[in-house]
Amino acid sequence: MPYDYQEFPYVTPPPLRGMTEGRKPAVIVGAGPIGLALAVDLALRGVPSVVLDDNNVVSVGSRAICWAKRSLEILDRLGVAERMVAKGVTWKIGRTRHRDEEVFRFDLLPEGGHKMPAFINLQQYYVEQYLVERCRDFPDLIDLRFRNRVTAVERFDDHAVATVETPEGSYRIEADWLLACDGAGSPIRRMMGLDFAGELFEERFLIADIVMKADFPSERWFWFEPTFHPGQSALLHKQPDDIYRIDLQLGWDADPEEEKKPEKVIPRIEKVVEGRPFTLDWVSVYTFQCRRLERFAHGRVVFVGDSAHVVSPFGARGGNGGLQDVDNIGWKLAAVLKGEAGAALIESYDAERRHGADENILNSTRATKFMTPAPGIERTFRDAVLALAAHAPFARGMVNSGRLSLPCAYPPSPFLGPDESALPAGTAPGRPCPDAPVGNGWLLARLGGGFTLLGLDCDPPEIEGAASLRLDAEGWLRRRYLGEAASAVYLIRPDQHIAARWLAPTAEDCAAALAVAKGL
Amino acid sequence: MAALVTAPNLPDHDGFYAELLAAHKGLTEAESAAMNARLVLILANHVGDREALREALALARKAGG
Repeated sequence: MPYDYQEFPYVTPPPLRGMTEGRKPAVIVGAGPIGLALAVDLALRGVPSVVLDDNNVVSVGSRAICWAKRSLEILDRLGVAERMVAKGVTWKIGRTRHRDEEVFRFDLLPEGGHKMPAFINLQQYYVEQYLVERCRDFPDLIDLRFRNRVTAVERFDDHAVATVETPEGSYRIEADWLLACDGAGSPIRRMMGLDFAGELFEERFLIADIVMKADFPSERWFWFEPTFHPGQSALLHKQPDDIYRIDLQLGWDADPEEEKKPEKVIPRIEKVVEGRPFTLDWVSVYTFQCRRLERFAHGRVVFVGDSAHVVSPFGARGGNGGLQDVDNIGWKLAAVLKGEAGAALIESYDAERRHGADENILNSTRATKFMTPAPGIERTFRDAVLALAAHAPFARGMVNSGRLSLPCAYPPSPFLGPDESALPAGTAPGRPCPDAPVGNGWLLARLGGGFTLLGLDCDPPEIEGAASLRLDAEGWLRRRYLGEAASAVYLIRPDQHIAARWLAPTAEDCAAALAVAKGL
Repeated sequence: MAALVTAPNLPDHDGFYAELLAAHKGLTEAESAAMNARLVLILANHVGDREALREALALARKAGG
């Protein structure tokens, strides 16, 4: 059953009802998954926000469909992941074929001890719907304003002002911080005249959602040069509601408008699904680019998600990368607004998430070069890998149809504290906490929303500004956080990234690391 | 240069050279280029030392003038 799009009501904003509005702590532009997630994150920290969106429906078409484990952990903290997992298609096997032979197969989560699956597929419109409904749980903190389009932004040293157009006229809104979550085509980025440097790949893909009853397993299938689509690439993904996503490479010379016509699309898809009956739900043609802003934070205007960086879709790094932005900026913005941290902390968002974006762009560019090589030597080496993959195991790993999003580990920085090298590499400062079973629940759920001093098989020091938590280190928890060590203390940030760790710290060590993590 | 062996290391190099030419026999220029690409990948995996490969790439590029 295709999705039933509901319109969100337009409500006359207070200034157009004759009310005077004061300066808002946070104005979020864009009610996509990133803007909505940020509003919920801020609300959970007690920070009110206004969300402005030019539209009044969720995204049309499935768009971002692959949600990675780390994204689900973030969304679990925000309160929507259990609903997403229940509705979504959980998958972990990916198969890559060259012509009709399987050349590479991956299993994303061979390891146990995680609450969230490696990946689920769920259409972006569901994620937006769930997040809008979650926002409604905070009527005093989140003010959703649909059909409110930002037409101008003025920047000042300690605030920003947006001009907003509605069906009933326009008004101005002042914000301590303005968060531009307005997507890849970000109007705010354009209004500010910011350079969005990077690479455009000369390739076009057709993307289609089809409704089909079929018993395909819940796997990601990728084909290089399949017999049903000679010389090109194809991708098949299963979504809920009997909807399948199909991506077909078209070549740079394809005419997008022509290729979107059902009489062109249907015969191509018939070949992919081998004659099974289906109906078309949504079709689009896309090109892809890898670009990012030179800086994400511009005084009181901060870019979050696709407005700050775009990648090609192979590897599921767009939406997943954006959610890690939200995770990173949410607690920092709240801490700065509450006066618990210096504005320098926003600089750490800029540095950490630029690092994350660069990692995503690097991986995405490599995959794109493999999937759509330029004529000449790029094509020769790509074909050499594919030819060898059928004969030699080493070449199978080199077949690159997208290295799927892994959580970003932040590099050493002035905002991260000391490391203890006797402890496992997977929990070094900068890394997101790997989950682990604790009692009848999970570690990540025990961390709460603030800083945590986690003592494993020891009492952590008590310090101001961090909650102390002692856990018995058994099973996965011991393996992931202690290794051979008898006990340890971890300082964990509100975004569940590790800030510092020791074998036996004093309260002063911990307080110093906390100050560093807060940018004080 | 440290990781890459550039001193003579190949027994019967004349014999290997002849085998290399023989392996390309009858191939078009494009087929030979494709075969060389496969060969580079096979040998790179066998070497397995990124520093040696980096030096090999630099040497090959430099020797081309």
